[in-house]
Amino acid sequence: MTRQEYMKERRSEPWRDELRRSVKAKERGERPRVHMNELDPEFRSHELKAEVNQGLTKEQAIAEAGRCLDCGNPTCVTGCPVEINIPTFIKNIERGDFIEAARTLKETSALPAVCGRVCPQEKQCEAQCIYIQKMGKEPVAIGYLERFAADYERLNGIIAEPEKPVSNGIKVAVVGSGPAGLSFAGDMAKRGYDITVFEALHEIGGVLKYGIPEFRLPNDVVDVEIETLRKTGVKFVKNCIIGKTISHEDLRAEGFKGIFVASGAGLPNFMNIPGENLIGVMSANEFLTRVNLMDASSPDSDTPVQKGKSVAIIGAGNTAMDAVRTARRLGAERAMVVYRRSDEEMPARAEEVKHAKEEGVEFLTLHNPIQYEGDDKGHVQRMLLQKMELGEADASGRRKPVPIEGATEWIDVDEVIVSVGVSPNPLIPSTFTGLDVTKWGTVVINQDTMQTDLSDVYAGGDIVRGGATVILAMGDGRRAAEAMDKSLQAN
Amino acid sequence: MNKIIQKQYFSPKVVEFVVEAPLIARSRRAGHFVIVKVGEKGERIPLTIAQSDVEKGTITIVVQSVGLSSEKLCNLEEGDYITDLVGPLGKATHIEKYGTVVCAGGGVGIAPMLPIIEAMKKAGNRVISVLAARNKDLVILEEQVAKYSDEVIVMTDDGSHGQKGLVTNGVESVINREQVDLCVTIGPAIMMKFVSLLTQKYNIPTMASLNTIMVDGTGMCGACRVSVDGKTKFVCVDGPEFDAHKVDFDEMLMRLKAYN
Repeated sequence: MTRQEYMKERRSEPWRDELRRSVKAKERGERPRVHMNELDPEFRSHELKAEVNQGLTKEQAIAEAGRCLDCGNPTCVTGCPVEINIPTFIKNIERGDFIEAARTLKETSALPAVCGRVCPQEKQCEAQCIYIQKMGKEPVAIGYLERFAADYERLNGIIAEPEKPVSNGIKVAVVGSGPAGLSFAGDMAKRGYDITVFEALHEIGGVLKYGIPEFRLPNDVVDVEIETLRKTGVKFVKNCIIGKTISHEDLRAEGFKGIFVASGAGLPNFMNIPGENLIGVMSANEFLTRVNLMDASSPDSDTPVQKGKSVAIIGAGNTAMDAVRTARRLGAERAMVVYRRSDEEMPARAEEVKHAKEEGVEFLTLHNPIQYEGDDKGHVQRMLLQKMELGEADASGRRKPVPIEGATEWIDVDEVIVSVGVSPNPLIPSTFTGLDVTKWGTVVINQDTMQTDLSDVYAGGDIVRGGATVILAMGDGRRAAEAMDKSLQAN
Repeated sequence: MNKIIQKQYFSPKVVEFVVEAPLIARSRRAGHFVIVKVGEKGERIPLTIAQSDVEKGTITIVVQSVGLSSEKLCNLEEGDYITDLVGPLGKATHIEKYGTVVCAGGGVGIAPMLPIIEAMKKAGNRVISVLAARNKDLVILEEQVAKYSDEVIVMTDDGSHGQKGLVTNGVESVINREQVDLCVTIGPAIMMKFVSLLTQKYNIPTMASLNTIMVDGTGMCGACRVSVDGKTKFVCVDGPEFDAHKVDFDEMLMRLKAYN
């Protein structure tokens, strides 16, 4: 049965038919979209670990689920990289069966509580919702509802024991425990494979742990999802670097029949401008790793972190938003986002930008740093910004920022966080002989099979895409699992 | 798990640990390092691997107690476990037959230099080791170094052992009497800077193993970055060894004080 046939079958269940007919579509269409309860901006801008979004109440969730028209041809699903059966889970919420809703999510997603929080829904599922496509109205809050169902299951302690699949005895290794690796591991374990996930750091979760802060994604939410994978039989090995601690040949010798490389894009880019190596100038990865992974701002942590009073974050992606909001919470009186393009081009999730603004973050758009100056101890003291304007559109359709001659400005700063993108970690390409990489360092794969030049090695997530999103990484994990399973079963 | 098999004091503040780590013991080469973390809320700190025993599945690390994290590590006893230990990291030392190699190590830097001395000797080089320390008690591993060196010169600040003077005095005395093809230096940044300035004067190729602040040690954060030949490099993945004459030691010395 194809995915579409399966979704049609679920849609034609009697309860669903009855629910659809219980309220007129026109009436559903007139209901307003719910708004998520949030912590007060003034309070939360000093609270590092309090989650900003408070989630929906049962009543809110049921009301929002009632907006969904349960389309016969649900376009929202096409916008989801892991093709969650969106109408089915939403209609289960509407009828009050939250556990069944959570179960539906887990059919295709290894980390629903994570995705409900961090996906850029406005560019994915919600962008394809009929409300926005055909009716000119706010889309159904699919992300909020996904989060509600996953949280309900977790908070009520009724996480269904995952089905223990029958083992097929085939060993498969996963390199990296970020979203791509976890999604792949979940799918392969369900198919009966003996999965071992190797992680270089001392914590499982990749960017979900070292990158995304707790005020956006609490660690215990991630841990519960990892625990579910463990119960499915997935093994985790921490502090182990494939290519260094264990080689590709070692893995083969130990009987691993397939390897999924999901080592991410962890290498931070710098701009190579004067003063960038001054004390107090650091990558967003360093700043966030210290605060999130090492818990550096807690008194009982051994890891130090600088707490700037006037902090500039260079760049405007999700990482920049996480860094600037973290700096604010560590006590920055002035926290600035410096971005060379305009508001419109900012790659960050709309909700994070909104939250940052509410929390008092300043946005210096159309500004670009060209130099930093330090004091006599080498500590950054001020930055020179070049003002920009938007010129002609480039090949990709984005208008190119160009400097306005003579328009520069010095601003005092005591901390600068550089968040201008990341490159793939070269560790795997440099230690796996025969792996083809692009000039950007991304691993080359066959788009249909996710297979690299080495027949037993598949790859996905940021190591293939460069810095992208959690959900795209998860989608890659799913596709790689499907492809590797097909290939291993054929042999 | 990484159990401490053996602990030995070289001096009240310098401790050698033999630690169970079979996978690292098997894959490590001279010049590689590990990151260790003591306790759940511990800090990740880099330490060079001094020796390894593939059969016993152990590696040896030498730690000088200089701050919170190194002190926590030094307080561990035989039978205790190191919470987290990962490696081998960094690029291995490029070993080949150069001719005459002078290995200049200072203080606890003698430990990470030992495997390089051994590998250089085994590659057929004439190896002259210059060991420097503040005083007699801080000269470590002299016997082991002697085993793989054609000559060992010991320099102490106070003259309590070997000759009185700095590491550079020892190195220069060798340069003045014979042809030196390569110099390798490991020790405090300020010492490496002066060794580098000296050998630059004589045009002797020099490698320094840099010891910057690190967090992850896998190229993820750039805390360890240095300027080499005007370009930013990450010590943990591009190093730890670099052409000493191209390293901006003043910038490195400045950055080492970031958290002081």
